[in-house]
Amino acid sequence: MTVASSTKRDYSLVGQSTRRAIETGLASAEWYHTDVPRKTMKELMQRSDGPAIRDTIIWIAAILGSAAGIVWFWGSWWVVPFLFVYGVLYGSSSDSRWHECGHGTAFRTRWMNDVVYHLASFMLMRNPVQWRWSHARHHTDTIIVGRDAEIAVMRPPDLIKAALAFTGILDFRYSLPILVRQAFGNLSEDEKSYIPQMEQHKAVVAARWHMVVYVATIAVAIALQSWIPLVLIGLPRLYGTWHMVLTGLLQHIGLADNVVDHRLNTRTVYMNPVSRFIYWNMNYHVEHHMFPMVPYHALPKLHELIKHDLPMPNPSMWHAYREVWPVLLRQLKYEDFYLKRELPPTAKPYRGEFHDLDITAAAAE
Amino acid sequence: MAEWVEACAVDDVDEEDVIRFDHGGRTFAIYRSPDDAFFATDGFCTHEKAHLADGLVMDDIIECPKHNGRFNYKTGQAKGAPVCVNLKTYPVKIEAGKVLIDIG
Repeated sequence: MTVASSTKRDYSLVGQSTRRAIETGLASAEWYHTDVPRKTMKELMQRSDGPAIRDTIIWIAAILGSAAGIVWFWGSWWVVPFLFVYGVLYGSSSDSRWHECGHGTAFRTRWMNDVVYHLASFMLMRNPVQWRWSHARHHTDTIIVGRDAEIAVMRPPDLIKAALAFTGILDFRYSLPILVRQAFGNLSEDEKSYIPQMEQHKAVVAARWHMVVYVATIAVAIALQSWIPLVLIGLPRLYGTWHMVLTGLLQHIGLADNVVDHRLNTRTVYMNPVSRFIYWNMNYHVEHHMFPMVPYHALPKLHELIKHDLPMPNPSMWHAYREVWPVLLRQLKYEDFYLKRELPPTAKPYRGEFHDLDITAAAAE
Repeated sequence: MAEWVEACAVDDVDEEDVIRFDHGGRTFAIYRSPDDAFFATDGFCTHEKAHLADGLVMDDIIECPKHNGRFNYKTGQAKGAPVCVNLKTYPVKIEAGKVLIDIG
């Protein structure tokens, strides 16, 4: 475990840390990649509609089936297991579908990626235009303070906020007002910093479409004098988000920031098959960040191929959280503290040129 | 004015694949389509500076390895976010088993 410099971080995307990241070359930097022969990588990158069509049929069927169960058993305790399943499928597995289809790797056929991407974005209350650009930035500048728009837990960590994230309350409270603001044509300065001007109007239009559906859902609920429409559309973002947070938080939490090696700031965790289906193999997260062209269904194969060059994966989510917890507690006092994961002897060493850089000094200037 | 330069041998590029070609401080990408025709574009993605030669060729599309931005490598047309600016293309001809591109 490591302590670097000791200054406050500025997580704004247009602030001191942003300027510093650009000046020092941390922004849009060249990142470390494990060597993989071109022929092998080409095979791994190959697209196929088959696995994603199969998984999407299962996903949609399970969503419709559990929704039918909610409607049928509404008013009795038998509705609880259906709410549990529907909530996770709607509020959590939509995140991985959004992610993979946003990359365009889930399906070979572009329109299939686009359809599932927009559906999943709606389920997540995410503006599909805005988030496509924010995620591109996340891959360019992964956990670079002042550049990455998707840093889930900032330093020093707000543990109450992190705990509340499992309930979906904070995200709901954050996501819905953003969509409303965007629907009125207002994009924040941060959003404008990563959405190109020529795309900004599309973000506004997308937000308006989302709001139309939500207003229609509320109208139907009022007309029917029933909570069911809202339980099926919108509220799963509250009661079904926990699995997305459970798996997603582990991607980068407690690891280094302001480095240009995904082995230092990203975590791979072995997970059970159900979570892997919900999460679409994003537990192989170092592999995904290093090679975002590889579809989710090929990530286990990629993992086997390059694991000699990566830190040992956490054997379970429980193990990973046990590893992270003391790091978060230390970060409450020393926000520069982070977990530096050891590489196996077969791996190439970490690059040093950026990793000791005092990027956060800018915030104190 | 035309300036033809030899980029590679025909056999250097697999079908439905791409290779990198550097010349005069510039980087190009040389493509071989599934129907065995050759094409050339600028070597870097117009979104961010990533080598397209590390990307994936599918039919007439090249996908950038960094953010999965897609271009039609035959026309240079950007096919949607996160790429918004078209790719510059170059004329190609084959002579004596060599791929020549006009960088003029």
